[in-house]
Amino acid sequence: MNAGPASITLENIHKTFGSNDVLKGISLKAYQGDVISVLGPSGSGKSTLLRCINLLEIPDQGTLKVAGEEVIMKLNKKGHRLPADTRQVERIRTRLAMVFQQFNLWSHMTILENVIEAPVHVLKVPRKEAIAKAVHYLEKVGIADKIDAYPAHLSGGQQQRAAIARALAVDPDAILFDEPTSALDPELVGEVLQVMRTLAEEGRTMIVVTHEMGFAREVSNRVIFLDQGLIIEDGPPAEVFGNPKTDRFQSFIKAMV
Amino acid sequence: MDISIILDNSSVYLEGLKNTILLVSVSLFIGLMFAVPLAILRNSDNPFYQMPVRAFIYFFRGTPLLVQMFLVYYGFGQFDFIKESFLWPLFKEAYFCALLAFTLNTCAYTTEIFRGAIKATPHGEIEAAMASGMSRALMLRRIILPSAFRRALPAYSNEIIFMLHGSSLASVITIIDITGAARIINSRYYSPYEAFLTAALLYMSLTFILVFLIKRLENRWFAHLQPQSESRPVIEAPP
Repeated sequence: MNAGPASITLENIHKTFGSNDVLKGISLKAYQGDVISVLGPSGSGKSTLLRCINLLEIPDQGTLKVAGEEVIMKLNKKGHRLPADTRQVERIRTRLAMVFQQFNLWSHMTILENVIEAPVHVLKVPRKEAIAKAVHYLEKVGIADKIDAYPAHLSGGQQQRAAIARALAVDPDAILFDEPTSALDPELVGEVLQVMRTLAEEGRTMIVVTHEMGFAREVSNRVIFLDQGLIIEDGPPAEVFGNPKTDRFQSFIKAMV
Repeated sequence: MDISIILDNSSVYLEGLKNTILLVSVSLFIGLMFAVPLAILRNSDNPFYQMPVRAFIYFFRGTPLLVQMFLVYYGFGQFDFIKESFLWPLFKEAYFCALLAFTLNTCAYTTEIFRGAIKATPHGEIEAAMASGMSRALMLRRIILPSAFRRALPAYSNEIIFMLHGSSLASVITIIDITGAARIINSRYYSPYEAFLTAALLYMSLTFILVFLIKRLENRWFAHLQPQSESRPVIEAPP
């Protein structure tokens, strides 16, 4: 697997909100086909880490490389770090799709319109082609019958599956999942995890912030555990779960089970 | 009550109806065209963009429409530099002055309506747009504004109706709108009841048509909010 250049590289990423140091130097490489589960207690910075990758949060320090491009930063007048080139940020974001905890489908658009929006208007794919692809992905996630429904008319699980179809529709290099099942009823978690499992088996690159231990253990090829803004466990799931290096992670899994 | 007065003078009312419709639709249209970009500026973090818009809104919401119209119609004529400028042919026309005052007034209120609607765009939907690589302009055009227009519609429909009724003030500066027509008939025949009742009925009919059109727009735009099941929750007053 880990051959060739990494598709996502983080080096020494720091992020501070006010006086709160959320990330204290995170380095991480994700390769093509990696499925990385990011675990950690709430407040450990795992969502912030994920949001730094597609620059929804701007890291205060460190370098970020996506698809071979290093994000160029500059300092504004107040000394805050900002991306120097918004075009570059937009370009990088089209290579990374994101699936959110609260789905975040565009509520005034039908499911089909949600899925073709970025392909048609950002990537300039011909509408017909985008629709064909959208139908294909909606079938894949099992909600092809909801194509003309509005998000509010769908269950949480269906909305999240639509959001996954929306993510797939841009043919991303990697998909970032931000606690994709945390807002769902326990009964609906399974259907979303099933879709994610299929994607992992297809060899898609995924970084998944999650509390689903089963998913982390069985589906991902790598698990990292964040605590207080630092990665304190990192390795294949069998190793990390079977032989935790830290007491912190041991007590974390105990509490989860 | 003597209906023949009205029937014999229907051409006066027709003229009034035409002027009211023109004044209101033109001022609403231009007001709306300017209100959307102004609302975007009003939501800007940059005080350079934000403060002038705030001042504009504050002035036009802070003063009565009648006073604004007087300022334009009577007030501007006081300044020689306006009287001597190429704009004077416009400003000496009551019609233009009313149109200008109405447009600025409705623009201020509409800006405020859209400002709120834009600000209330669900944050998650904006993040989803950013994450998909949209530029700010595209995000505005495809996500924020379509979503904001829907939220703004109920409040904006009120503004449309207020503007229709507010336009009756134009009659004060010699314009023959619906109210102006009624005033002419009243003074000619001294029959205020017939004259103003006809005006009232005309305003009501216009309102009815507007409400009907807005309702149709709502049905189309609010499809995403309508419950699909038969059993909709009923909102009623407690016993």
